[in-house]
Amino acid sequence: MTPTYITPKARPAFKPSFAFSSSAEPLADFSPATTSQKIRAEQLNVFYAKTHALKNVDLSIPSNQVTALIGPSGCGKSTFLRCLNRMNDLIDVCRVEGNVSVDGKDIYAADQDVVMLRARVGLVFQKPNPFPKSIYENVAYGPRIHGLAESNDELDEIVFTSLERAGLLAEVKDRMKVPGTALSGGQQQRLCIARAIAVGPEIILMDEPCSALDPIATAKIEGLIEELRTQYTIVIVTHSMQQAARVSQRTAHFHMGQLVESGATEQVFSSPKNQMTRDYILGRIG
Amino acid sequence: MSNKIVTNDKIKQGLKKRRRSESRFRAIGIASISVGLIFIAILFISVTSKGYNAFTQTMIQIDVFFDPDVLDPNGSNKLESIARGDYRAVIRQTLFNTFKDVSSRRDKRQLYKILSSGAQFQIRDTALKNLGVIGTTIPVWVTASDDVDMMIKGVVDRKAQPRVRRLSEKQMGWIRTLELKGKVERQFNTTFFFGGDSREPELAGIAVALVGTILSILICLAFAVPFGVMAAVYLEEFAPKNRWTTLLEININNLAAVPSIVFGLLGLSVLLNVFELPRSSPLVGGMVLALMTLPTIIITGRSALMAVPPSIREAALAIGASRVQTVFHHVLPLAMPGVLTGTIIGSARALGETAPLLMIGMVAFIVDIPNSLTAPATALPIQVFLWADQPERAFGERTAAAILVLLIFTCLMNLAAVFLRRKFETRW
Repeated sequence: MTPTYITPKARPAFKPSFAFSSSAEPLADFSPATTSQKIRAEQLNVFYAKTHALKNVDLSIPSNQVTALIGPSGCGKSTFLRCLNRMNDLIDVCRVEGNVSVDGKDIYAADQDVVMLRARVGLVFQKPNPFPKSIYENVAYGPRIHGLAESNDELDEIVFTSLERAGLLAEVKDRMKVPGTALSGGQQQRLCIARAIAVGPEIILMDEPCSALDPIATAKIEGLIEELRTQYTIVIVTHSMQQAARVSQRTAHFHMGQLVESGATEQVFSSPKNQMTRDYILGRIG
Repeated sequence: MSNKIVTNDKIKQGLKKRRRSESRFRAIGIASISVGLIFIAILFISVTSKGYNAFTQTMIQIDVFFDPDVLDPNGSNKLESIARGDYRAVIRQTLFNTFKDVSSRRDKRQLYKILSSGAQFQIRDTALKNLGVIGTTIPVWVTASDDVDMMIKGVVDRKAQPRVRRLSEKQMGWIRTLELKGKVERQFNTTFFFGGDSREPELAGIAVALVGTILSILICLAFAVPFGVMAAVYLEEFAPKNRWTTLLEININNLAAVPSIVFGLLGLSVLLNVFELPRSSPLVGGMVLALMTLPTIIITGRSALMAVPPSIREAALAIGASRVQTVFHHVLPLAMPGVLTGTIIGSARALGETAPLLMIGMVAFIVDIPNSLTAPATALPIQVFLWADQPERAFGERTAAAILVLLIFTCLMNLAAVFLRRKFETRW
């Protein structure tokens, strides 16, 4: 009954893969009482033309934790993610109703600058999408357009720190001029993470960041997420239940545009309240 | 078991048929490409074989006595008075001295006709270049008449009827004499490349048309590229997708199919009549060609922008680039090879365009090389059109040569396109 998962060796030893039994870490650690709510969505409804993609979603995301969004394809988890930095604005037929706030401020308010928002809320995509430019330029682009560096030395500093934090520096420090597209898939994805970090965001959204990667590259990214959570609030969409269990502290399960269940990962995986969540986690549906 | 064998047999039978149809398809493809190549080869061979003769010109060397009594009657030895001298008389005198047996008026007239009417200006230029030649006798190469040129080049048979070759027996005799003395030569035809139009084929050149074409294309690019690219960027990246933009798109597509002469009419009625811009000028020509090229650039530009993967746009937007930054830092540079291709295709079409230029008066007999954008000029395809209409035989080869120059020009532009595309191409 209890599924077992192999913990990749490359992952830094931090937390055992999830178990249905009681966890070593206290549940209280994840309660809203002790952690501030970074993002709060209230009565969020999203429509694509006539399709109702998200229905009355209420979800709070605590800061400095990893929140995993799980659910079958087309359930609205990516839509929810993209609402958080207003990437849905790019779709002409998309309409957003309800309220999303970051640090208590409505990000859909008229006075909210989208550029500012996206600098604070970074997004890493499913498929690695580095710019067809050098590794250095890929990371330097964000700080440059936001004017974060006063001098070239400062820019170098930002680029190197970001690559370091993304765990890529050791692999690329001798070939900063090589096109980012020449790297392997896993390296490209870490480059994309470095690019997102370079802007100095508070929140990093990840839309199935490992779905195009092999297990070793996935392990590296997961280890990275673990480290990044100390400084950033991370929201990750994943199709892999194992991954959700490994990397997240909180889990939200979506189904058909509705938020079915959310809570601490341990609780959701060990004793889901909702029958649908139980079936999904056990692989009976989805 | 037997059922399995039957199935395999069926597949085998079908396989043969499939292979046959595949090789048939390939054969048809190769055949159609071959037919295309053959026609291109025929075109090139016929144009080149007719046109290459025009790159040389028959010249005749005459020993000119720069008679001071004729050229500088008041003995001032000044440039202005020498420039006004009667060089025609000098040439006549020279010819009489060479062929002393010519006496009757009719024969004399025939004798003058072996030289081009432009010969006197060549003599004058020699004198003006060096005033010291006045009073001396020096050999000068002057242009032969077009009929002599045709005969020397072998375009016209020497044994043909005088009516056909347009040279009398006497003229043939004089030329023979000159040839035996080594005074008839085919030299590189500088007049063709550096001269303006002329009624005499041996004095006609493509310089006015070439300069007019180059200026027009530059004006065309200067107007069409920024407008076209900006329109494409706006429509593809910024404009909302609604009924109006769809209507606009349909109209741009329609515009690309409008007969080019209509753009000429537009130029005539708006640019010439309303804005009163100078007629026959490369400025107006270029603007009309820009109107014609614009839809092509917009359409190809849009498809090049569309081909840029959306992931690049999302990547830039997700780290907080504005839409303008996204377009100008990432999307447009990646679309540049496609935009360039469209530009070159459009301007290569504009290069060969005649009809719209006819309407704005670039079909004109212009001798002076245009020195500004508003000076009257003509264009290469129009020069071809004008010369093709001329009855003189020697204009035939010049028409072909002008076509050759036009083709070379087009090839160079296409080569530039390939080169630029290679340079801008980025892989992802």
